[in-house]
Amino acid sequence: MNSTMNHIQLLLQKNIRDVAAEQVQNEAKKYLNIDTGKVKSGKIFSVLYDMNPEQVQAFARQTLADPILHEVYINQLYRDDYYHSYILISKLPGVTDDEGVSAQKALCDLLNIAFDYSKQWIFTRDIYYLENHLSEKQLHRIAEDLLGNPLINHFEYGKFEGRILYMPTVDMQSDTTSKTIDIFVDDATLVKLSKDYLLALDLNEMKAIQNYYKDIKVKSIRLVNGLPELPTDTEIEVLAQTWSEHCKHKEFNALIEYKDLDTGEVKTIDSLFKTYIRRSTDVVKNNLEEMGHRWLLKVFSDNAGVVRIDDQRVFIWKVETHNSPSALDPYGGALTGIVGVNRDPLGTGIGGGKLLFNTDVLCFGSPYYKGKLLPGQLHPRRIMSGVVKGIEDGGNKSGIPTVNGSIIFDDRFRGKPLVFCGTGAVMPASYQGVDSWTKPIVPGDRIIMAGGRVGKDGIHGATFSSLEIDEHSPRSAVQIGSPITQKNMSDFMEQAVKKGLIKCSTDNGAGGLSSSIGELATISNGAVIQLDRVPLKYSGLKPWEIFVSESQERMSFVVRPGDVDELMAMAADFEVETTDIGYFTGEGYLDIRFGDEKMAYLDLDFLHNGVPGKSMQAEWQTPKLKVPKIPGKPDHNQIILKLLNSLNICSREPVIRRYDHEVKGKTIVKPLMGGNGFAPQDAGVMRLGFDSFMGIAISNGILPRYGDIDAYQMSAGSFDEAVRGIIAVGGLLPDSIKGQNIFWSVNDNFCVPDSLYHPQNNPDGKYKLAQLVRMNEALFDMATFFNIPMTSGKDSMKNDFIKEGVKISVPPTILYSMVAQIPDVRKTLTAEFKKPGDKIYLVGKTYDELGASEFYKLFNELGANVPVVRKEDGLRIYRKMIKANEQNLLLSAHDLSDGGLAVALAESAFGGNLGAEIHLAANGLKDYAVLYSESHSRFIVTIAEENNEAFGRLFGDDAQVIGTVSDSGKLVVHIDNKKLIDIEVEKLLSAWRSGLEF
Amino acid sequence: MTKVRALVVTGYGINCEEEMAAAYHLAGAEADIVHLHEVFSERISIHDYDLLNFPGGFAFGDDLGSAKVLSNKFKYKKMASGKSFIDDLHKFLSDKKYVMGVCNGFQALVKMGLIPNVMGNYEQETTLTHNNSGRFEDRWVTCKANEKLITPFLKSIDLIDLPVRHGEGKLIFKDQEIRTLVEKKNLNCLSYAGKDGHPTDEYPVNPNGSELNCAGLCDESGHVFGLMPHPEAFLSLYNHPDWGRMKRVNTHISEEGQGLEIFKNIIKHIMEK
Repeated sequence: MNSTMNHIQLLLQKNIRDVAAEQVQNEAKKYLNIDTGKVKSGKIFSVLYDMNPEQVQAFARQTLADPILHEVYINQLYRDDYYHSYILISKLPGVTDDEGVSAQKALCDLLNIAFDYSKQWIFTRDIYYLENHLSEKQLHRIAEDLLGNPLINHFEYGKFEGRILYMPTVDMQSDTTSKTIDIFVDDATLVKLSKDYLLALDLNEMKAIQNYYKDIKVKSIRLVNGLPELPTDTEIEVLAQTWSEHCKHKEFNALIEYKDLDTGEVKTIDSLFKTYIRRSTDVVKNNLEEMGHRWLLKVFSDNAGVVRIDDQRVFIWKVETHNSPSALDPYGGALTGIVGVNRDPLGTGIGGGKLLFNTDVLCFGSPYYKGKLLPGQLHPRRIMSGVVKGIEDGGNKSGIPTVNGSIIFDDRFRGKPLVFCGTGAVMPASYQGVDSWTKPIVPGDRIIMAGGRVGKDGIHGATFSSLEIDEHSPRSAVQIGSPITQKNMSDFMEQAVKKGLIKCSTDNGAGGLSSSIGELATISNGAVIQLDRVPLKYSGLKPWEIFVSESQERMSFVVRPGDVDELMAMAADFEVETTDIGYFTGEGYLDIRFGDEKMAYLDLDFLHNGVPGKSMQAEWQTPKLKVPKIPGKPDHNQIILKLLNSLNICSREPVIRRYDHEVKGKTIVKPLMGGNGFAPQDAGVMRLGFDSFMGIAISNGILPRYGDIDAYQMSAGSFDEAVRGIIAVGGLLPDSIKGQNIFWSVNDNFCVPDSLYHPQNNPDGKYKLAQLVRMNEALFDMATFFNIPMTSGKDSMKNDFIKEGVKISVPPTILYSMVAQIPDVRKTLTAEFKKPGDKIYLVGKTYDELGASEFYKLFNELGANVPVVRKEDGLRIYRKMIKANEQNLLLSAHDLSDGGLAVALAESAFGGNLGAEIHLAANGLKDYAVLYSESHSRFIVTIAEENNEAFGRLFGDDAQVIGTVSDSGKLVVHIDNKKLIDIEVEKLLSAWRSGLEF
Repeated sequence: MTKVRALVVTGYGINCEEEMAAAYHLAGAEADIVHLHEVFSERISIHDYDLLNFPGGFAFGDDLGSAKVLSNKFKYKKMASGKSFIDDLHKFLSDKKYVMGVCNGFQALVKMGLIPNVMGNYEQETTLTHNNSGRFEDRWVTCKANEKLITPFLKSIDLIDLPVRHGEGKLIFKDQEIRTLVEKKNLNCLSYAGKDGHPTDEYPVNPNGSELNCAGLCDESGHVFGLMPHPEAFLSLYNHPDWGRMKRVNTHISEEGQGLEIFKNIIKHIMEK
């Protein structure tokens, strides 16, 4: 039955400033060079629900409109000849329309009727009226480059005649039959099958599947169970999903032959993951346990790593990437990235932990990029603004503070951006006597799906992220998250686990039910799923699509049969939809049904262990590089201004302020501190509750450009950067205090270009793989030296954008995201200078290490001397820093990184109206090496004058006094009594604050 | 003497309930966090409490405008017994009890017509809408309390530093008459001000472009108080962005956050009644 349609339009009253319209006008001018003239914005609600005229009026004027802001138009939409153009932006069918859902809830409240999850009644759209007469091409650009994305939006534009042509209702024919796929074919056809079905499986893997179905035992079991001899489409999709790079990490588990062409040495590595990552944690765990530290509870085996805070609580921490989706739709990609990673700690162990914070680390091309864009490639500024908005909405609307992050600019990220999203959570150590990080499941337990409904969203997401983006990337790869749906679900989970109604839980992430149930089923050894019970957003999904769909905001709960009713009643109170979709068995099979028909019957052992191993080749040769000569006599006043204004150093304030970094009231060291809120910090600090000052520090280390010289030092340096960030805010090392729990929990995230050698498509694949091997070696060396364990992580292996024969590959990148326990947050430190007269020390030694530095970049040079991590020196210095803080000697501490000493001094002065008078010794280095070298394991600290002696005694040669905090408002720097820098801090601050126009 | 009882509602996207309840605990009251479905189903009665609190958050994602769906729910949705929540709220106020709303909660109070309510008919007289910057912003501001004290929440307060964290904090009055009455009756109880204590419309001192630089409003009785900045996010000195320097220059500084004073004020006031 068709309901009548009513269009309700809201426009701002004439006296109300139209901020959204002003933004469109300004940005069209600034970024697209299009003069729109005056712009007017409006919102349209298209309501497909039978109401009488009075009800329509009431809904429009009482529910939707704000009487002080809006004028209301019903069915007769606003037109004015003053505006010569318009753009109407609707959502494509099936695209999340949160505002429509909320409007529908509000309509139900007004009419006092029950909300119906199964029907979308209200479709929202935005309309912009533009004063100037613009060409179709110009309107098209504004629509696609500024306001929407053709992958999720439908646009109408021209001169507005008061009509709306487009309705985004979903109309699909139901087709729930299963078909078989003939895989008893030759090799070439197998390869073609994989490509045609977007399976992302190679020939070996296809043959493994073929062999399984040819097996005589398999054949007879299939016959007995009513399955065809050939695989069903559902089975093939489940296999492809489970065997995807995303889920099985095939390259991290490959057999690698590594040749060092410098030395001629050849070695074989059987799995990077097992050899370096997992083994490093095994070693660290052993070392810690020998010292009596037993806080590592669960590593690498659940959705997130788990460590112990104290007897009552555990800490859960996961960092993920969401690169490919963010390249296609930056807003939706980042939003689903952040709300998606929220579900990892939420679905770890029994689940229901309280989400404590988010972090985000982002790598983009320059927002000022002026080069060519390939078809389908978005401008870096567009990607950045969408990603930032996605993280803003994902965090803010969920009430989770975004406490730490980083942004790296390099034009090699213009094809695929890197979007790292992390979430930490605190969970009670036990629920009703059961260890909270365990996942107990026995045959008979019910499978309850909770949260959002299932649509075509993200189908093939897991396999898609393992493929390069090309012209044929599926549309369904784009999905938009719904923070409010998930917030209701997390509120509900927190209460349900406390009541013991949930035995354990997991996230329906990449791969959807296929991945989540497929993995849980290994615990009891089997599961039966009824796909016909899964609630859908719209009809017309094929059974296999229901099973692999990645529709967001869903979790699966394992529930005792007797608890199902109570759980569902409770969920209804929280406005969370729950459905019983099946149960666990112990029979060794994943048994998927639609009604009475069997869609799939797969041996779990084959599903999870049947994927054949990969072999890969790596070749390392040290790149031939030389140290450049810097021409002339550098003007250091100018250089420091340029450095502070450069993209990788300048203030991130325009981004940071858009994230709520202090909701929950527990944030102690925020991204920006000081009286003016300008001073950047090295790590975030949070307290865990209001009844004590125990807390955590959170830091990130990432230095992709160092990898252009040496991937080992890049990885080791990133590790050091993250550790020294935590030391800078007053953190302790895991073994600092005998007998005291000081947990560290680290996520490693590798994002690399395609590293599989291919003579035509990837001729330098062996070198790229060698870089990856060296990154792993550094990880092992650093983690085991510092006894800092990896607890979870991720690898993203094909970060290349290929179009029209052009390939844009990201530089090999590793991010270390670290969290360390802080016994008392009141003892933490901030980076900014505090008081005139305080003594400034440089801790750590400066070497001639300008290779890949920001200083060389000003001269378009790479150099050769990449900063080298001297871990013994680093450890000694960190121990001294810890001791100094224990003795209350330190007043401020700031680590030295991009831009070296000069930049760190300037940044330390940004906290108040203070300056610094600095006297340095060259000690045989060039002036510019003293000022800008990026050697690791260094800090600037300040101490009160009366503590000079105690500090000197403690540090010895590891620290030099270099000056005094002044009230002059100037930064003055001498080297060997030559004045090289003499400049107002105000000027430095203004250069630093204006580098990122955003 | 029995403790003051504060009810902190949550659910549907409200997200500052935990720190709000902590504020009352630290200030010496009892505080219960209750999901709104328990209120609507009348399993919990607001009348068992002295204070009703609407914390910050993004109720229903702020779709349709900040706190719009939530305030509609309060106005139109019938509870189990057939009355709407707002009827209950009017009764709560007629019993001379207290209501506080922060950020999203303030937006809800305004859209329900509870403040400033200069005409006394519970019609919406002001609104809170998109900041002039067009963006959500998290920054610390200084607020100046109105010299004429109307609401006990602000007793003892002159200048106070607090964080604002909102995208829709610009306060607009329905018309000149309402605006004049609010000013005349001193219901604009909290204003954005410079460090010197002078209210100003200069960005970002006034972070959103609010009329009268208004950061908070109360009704004439002083029993209903709402504000955009977050006092519950400044319970400890260590929430302040400048705590490092403050401690350095004043080694005896209190470790208590100034935001806590607002909660202590109201509890003391209720206890003394």
